[in-house]
Amino acid sequence: MTTVIDRNAATRKFLAHTEGHLATYLEGCLHCGLCAEACHFYVASRDPKHTPAYKLFPIAKAHRRNKFPLALLGLAPRVSAEDLQHWEELLFDSCTMCGRCTMACPMGIDIASIVGEARQAWVAAGLGPADLFAAADSSRDHGSPLGVTPEKLRERIEWIADEHEVEIPLDRPKADVLLTLSSVETMKYPDSVASMAKLLNHAGVSWTLSTKGYEATNFGYLAGKADIAKTMVQRIVAAAEGIGAKTVIIPECGHAFGVLRWSASNMIGRPLPFEVLHITEYLAQLKRAGKLHLKPLTEPITYHDPCQISRRGGATADARYLLQDFATDFHEMTPTGNENWCCGGGGGVQAIGRAANLRYQVFKLKMDQVEKSGAKTMVSACSNCRLTMDESKAHWKWDGGLASLVELIAEHLVEKPAS
Amino acid sequence: MTLLDFARGPALAVSFAVFTFGVAWRVLFLVLLPWSRDRSVARGSAPSAVVGAVRGFARHLWPRKAFAGAARFTTVNGYVMHFGLAIAFFGFAPHILFLQSVFGVHWPNLPSGLVSVASVVTLVSLVLALGHRFVSPVLRLISTANDYFSWFVTALPVVSGLMAVSHLWAPYETLLAVHLLSVALLLIWFPFGKLMHAFLVFVTRSETAIHYSRRGTVL
Ligand code: SF4
Ligand code: SF4
Repeated sequence: MTTVIDRNAATRKFLAHTEGHLATYLEGCLHCGLCAEACHFYVASRDPKHTPAYKLFPIAKAHRRNKFPLALLGLAPRVSAEDLQHWEELLFDSCTMCGRCTMACPMGIDIASIVGEARQAWVAAGLGPADLFAAADSSRDHGSPLGVTPEKLRERIEWIADEHEVEIPLDRPKADVLLTLSSVETMKYPDSVASMAKLLNHAGVSWTLSTKGYEATNFGYLAGKADIAKTMVQRIVAAAEGIGAKTVIIPECGHAFGVLRWSASNMIGRPLPFEVLHITEYLAQLKRAGKLHLKPLTEPITYHDPCQISRRGGATADARYLLQDFATDFHEMTPTGNENWCCGGGGGVQAIGRAANLRYQVFKLKMDQVEKSGAKTMVSACSNCRLTMDESKAHWKWDGGLASLVELIAEHLVEKPAS
Repeated sequence: MTLLDFARGPALAVSFAVFTFGVAWRVLFLVLLPWSRDRSVARGSAPSAVVGAVRGFARHLWPRKAFAGAARFTTVNGYVMHFGLAIAFFGFAPHILFLQSVFGVHWPNLPSGLVSVASVVTLVSLVLALGHRFVSPVLRLISTANDYFSWFVTALPVVSGLMAVSHLWAPYETLLAVHLLSVALLLIWFPFGKLMHAFLVFVTRSETAIHYSRRGTVL
C-alpha cells in the first residue's frame, strides 16, 4: 500500500504553531549541541540524530521558508515528504518530551513543547506510528487506549474491590473529589487502583470514580491528535462538573498530570472549574493535615521522578515530603529531582512498539543510577514509567526492584491511632 | 573617495542602519506575534512573571552540575570568546574615540597590551569553536551555513583588527579600511543570522522561565 504524504498539510500545521511563541525558539537555536548530552536517547545511542536540536529541523525549515527574511525571496527549501519520513522516528520514537534538554540549553529552548505541537504535522501528513495512533483512536472510540469501556470499567472496578476488599465508589451522584485512572493501572496494575481507594477511604474523603470521565491518560495529545486530546479533557470536565467535584485527582501517570494540569484549560479555552492534583500532591496534602498514618518503610529505596510530575510539573518536593519520615532508608539517585533521567517511555514512546530497543538502552542509565545509589528498589509515581521499566527490567533480567509510591504508602497504612 | 573614506563613511552608516532596523524588525516581529494566553492556574507559590524570568535567565548563565562535565568546554570557551570580544570592542582606545565621535559618550580605555591579548585569546577561542564544530559528530550534523558564515563574520573583524594594529602585510590605512568593512559586514549580517541570539536570548530564556515558573519549576 502506498501512503500519500501530504507535506503541504504538514507545513500548514508547522506554521500554525509558529504563529505564536514557538517562532522565537526556532530562531534562537545556536546549534551549539549542548542539548545532546542532556537527552537520554542521545546518551544511550550516541547517534547524533538524537540530538534534541536536530529534532526541530523540519519545523524550523517550514518556518524559515515562510517567514522573514528568506520568505521574501522564496529561496529557502520546502519541507519534503522525505523530511517528514526521516524525522518521524525522531519526533515520535525518540522524544519523550521530558524537558531535560531545556535545562542544558543556554538559550532555554523548550524543545519538549515544540515536539508536542509539531507531532500534529505528521498526523496532517498522514504519517506517524500506527500503534500510538491506535491508542489515541481507541481512547476516542472506547474511552481508553487499552479498550476500557465504561462497562468494562464497572466490571473491573467490581473485581478489584472484591479482590482487595476495599470500597471503590463508582458514579456517586455528588462528591468532592473525582479520581481518574490510567488504563495501564486499571488493566495491568490493579493494586494501584485499590491502593488509591484505600488511602482516600482511610482519610475519609468524599470521592468517586465516574464512568463519564475516568481515563486520565491523553493519547490524543501524545499522538498529535488535537481533537482527541480535547475530547478526553472534555469527558473529565463533564464528569467533574456533573458531580460537583472541587478536585480532580490524577493517578500515578505523568503525562496525564501534565496535560490536565497545565494544558487542558488552553485546549478547552476556559479555566478548569476544579483544581487538578497529582495523587502525590493530594497525599502530601492529607499528610500535612495529619490524615495519613503510616508505619515506616525500612527497605532501601530510591525515587524516580517522573518528568511530567517533577521537572515539567513542579511537584518534585511533594514526593520527597511523602517519603520523609516514612522511607527510613531512602537514597537519592544522581542526578535526581528535576534533573532526573527519564525512564525512556514517556510522551507516548511506551506505546510505540518499534521503539522498544531504544527504551531498553535508555533503561541502562536508570539501572546504573539505582546501583550507584545503594538502593535496592526504584519507586516511581507514574504507571507509564513503571510499565516501561518493568519491560526493560525483564529484557535485561535486572534484579533491582520496581515499585509504586502510592502502593507502598497504602501497604504501610495503620489504622488511626486511638485519640 | 579613498577606500578608508568609504569604509568610515557610507559603509558604516548603511550597515549600522541595516543593523538597527533589522534587529528592531525581528524583535518586534516576534514580540508582536500572537502570544497564546495560558489559562492554567499557576501554583500559589509561583513568582511573578518578571521574577520568574530573571531567575530563569540567571539559571542559564552557567550549566547545572548534572550537565557541567559535558558542557564545560563549550561554556568556558563561549564565555572567553564573548568577554574577549567585549574587551576588545569596548576597551580599545581608538574604538572609544570612534564611538565618542558618533554617539558622544565615552569611557576610560584599557591598556592596549591587554586589548591585544584579549583579541588573540578571542581568536583562539573562535578557532577552537570552529574546530569543535568540525570534529564533533553532533555539531557536524546540526551545523548549517548560517553557523559557518556567522563564525566568519565574527572572526573577520578580530583578525583584521589585529592585523591593523600590528601593521601586518599592508599599509595601515588599507588594513583599517578592511577592518571597518569587516565590521560593516558583521553589522549587516547580524539581524539575518544567528548573531541575533544576542537579543533573542532575553526572549527565549524569559519565555521558558515564565512558562515553567508558573508550574513551580525552573527549567
Ligand atoms: S525533551 Fe527529553 S527526550 Fe525530547 S529531546 Fe529533549 S531531552 Fe530528549
Ligand atoms: S542546546 Fe539549545 S541552542 Fe544549543 S543546539 Fe540545543 S537547542 Fe540549540
